[in-house]
Amino acid sequence: MNTTITAEHLSFTYPGADDTAPGVRVFEDLNLEIAEGSFVAILGANGCGKSTLAKHFNSILLPSGGKVWVYGMDTANEEKLLAIRRTVGMVFQNPDNQIVANVVEEDVAFGPENLGVASPEIRRRVDNALKTVDMSAYSSHAPHLLSGGQKQRIAIAGVLAMEPRCIVLDEPTAMLDPKGRREVLDTVLRLNREKGITVILITHHMDEAARAQRVVVLHRGEVALDGAPKAVFSHVEELHKLGLTAPDTVELCYALNRHGFRLPLDCLQPEECAQSIWNAGKA
Amino acid sequence: MLKDITLGQFFPGNSFLHRLDPRTKLLCVLVYIVALFVAANWLSYGLCLLFLIAAIAVSHIRPKAFLNGMRPMIFLLCMTAILNLFFTQGETVLVHFWVITLTLEGVYRAFFMLMRILMLITSTFLLTYTTSPIALTDGLESLLGPLKALHAPVHELSMMMCIALRFIPTLIEETDKIMSAQKARGADFESGSLIERAKALIPVLVPLFISAFRRAGELATAMECRCYHGGEGRTKMKLLRYHRCDFLGFGVTFALIAGVGVLRAFGW
Repeated sequence: MNTTITAEHLSFTYPGADDTAPGVRVFEDLNLEIAEGSFVAILGANGCGKSTLAKHFNSILLPSGGKVWVYGMDTANEEKLLAIRRTVGMVFQNPDNQIVANVVEEDVAFGPENLGVASPEIRRRVDNALKTVDMSAYSSHAPHLLSGGQKQRIAIAGVLAMEPRCIVLDEPTAMLDPKGRREVLDTVLRLNREKGITVILITHHMDEAARAQRVVVLHRGEVALDGAPKAVFSHVEELHKLGLTAPDTVELCYALNRHGFRLPLDCLQPEECAQSIWNAGKA
Repeated sequence: MLKDITLGQFFPGNSFLHRLDPRTKLLCVLVYIVALFVAANWLSYGLCLLFLIAAIAVSHIRPKAFLNGMRPMIFLLCMTAILNLFFTQGETVLVHFWVITLTLEGVYRAFFMLMRILMLITSTFLLTYTTSPIALTDGLESLLGPLKALHAPVHELSMMMCIALRFIPTLIEETDKIMSAQKARGADFESGSLIERAKALIPVLVPLFISAFRRAGELATAMECRCYHGGEGRTKMKLLRYHRCDFLGFGVTFALIAGVGVLRAFGW
């Protein structure tokens, strides 16, 4: 198993307002490994350090202690900065604040232009990236006239045009309507499955996390739960203690169990859930 | 309502003028303005006018658009005409009334001045109507490129212009939202004296500025994530290239200024 990103004994403190004020400690000793080609969801209540962790993955923030390795490159090494950022792309929550140009294709071209890629190659990458996110028809549109989901897909295309091996998405669906959420999540899943791009999805939505291969739950800067979605979400009580919930299907089974049923807590799909309730009813 | 505002009005199209390289258009407008100031008689003014009319004809832009654009300038145009009309010294007095003297020279001069300004404004309109803001920015960056040798921040300026253009609609939308939110809480933007109305705008401007700064911070992070590190070593997807039509454009414009120059040199 090849690892893409490794955090070793990571500690990080946001500096205080001045030298005398104490900073805000986010991580003390965090260890995490992300496997190449995997789809990892990172969950956690507000202020648990999800976004801070994401910003460590491409050198936007540097560790106060410990190391973060990206494909064998130390994120604290300034010479590797561009190499790290082109390998690990990042998509943020608000699509409006990450689109630079006022024409869709110009915005997608922004990354490769910064990398000094030759013009015909940029053209090729932009066309490919727009095709991958299914936005080719909008290549000459103005971004502010698009829907939230479309803007977020443009942002993803902008990252794709740098041809990264890993994409970190920091709550990409938080500001979108259900349709936009589905569009974005389907795109991300497709990238992971068809292009083999490692995806790290930071989210508040349990149903999104349920579609990942691995779920990591952060709590106060530490890994509280880590494993396959079915395994993690069956710890319903623990999740509640951490200020989170399980996906609706698991919550339903959990609630039924408290009234005397004995349902398994690992059904993430509605069909699966219905089947197990049906089975329990028969027995 | 605020959303309808368009800045640097651009009419998309595919005419001869639309296809010209933005640098060609910028330079030609500059040369044309020089020609206007060199022109000194009926014939050369006629040439300039002819040139402009031909350009408007090939741009496929409705003449009405130019008239609409001219509306805010009416006051300036009238002032120029009136000043030139009454304050030009001359010998052929047409009308003399109290302290006002109207001379034939004054009439000529006012007419020429008015024509000059009208043609100047129309030519710049023609530039912005047929060139998208982003092409204009690219053209400017490319034309000012040599100044980079003098450490002038040419790339930074064009990047700033590009981002400003990108965020105008976003911030206008945001202003709309904030105004609605304040109205919902009883703010009154429509009544009262001018000062009262200006004061009422403060609760709109404060959140607008805060949000603009927050946006700027997030945008900067996003740009860094996409490997932005200044203009050094940066390439462009769309390279500006001169085509045959650009040489035609340059040719016609230089023929015009040469003609105007010759006419002036021979004194008629």
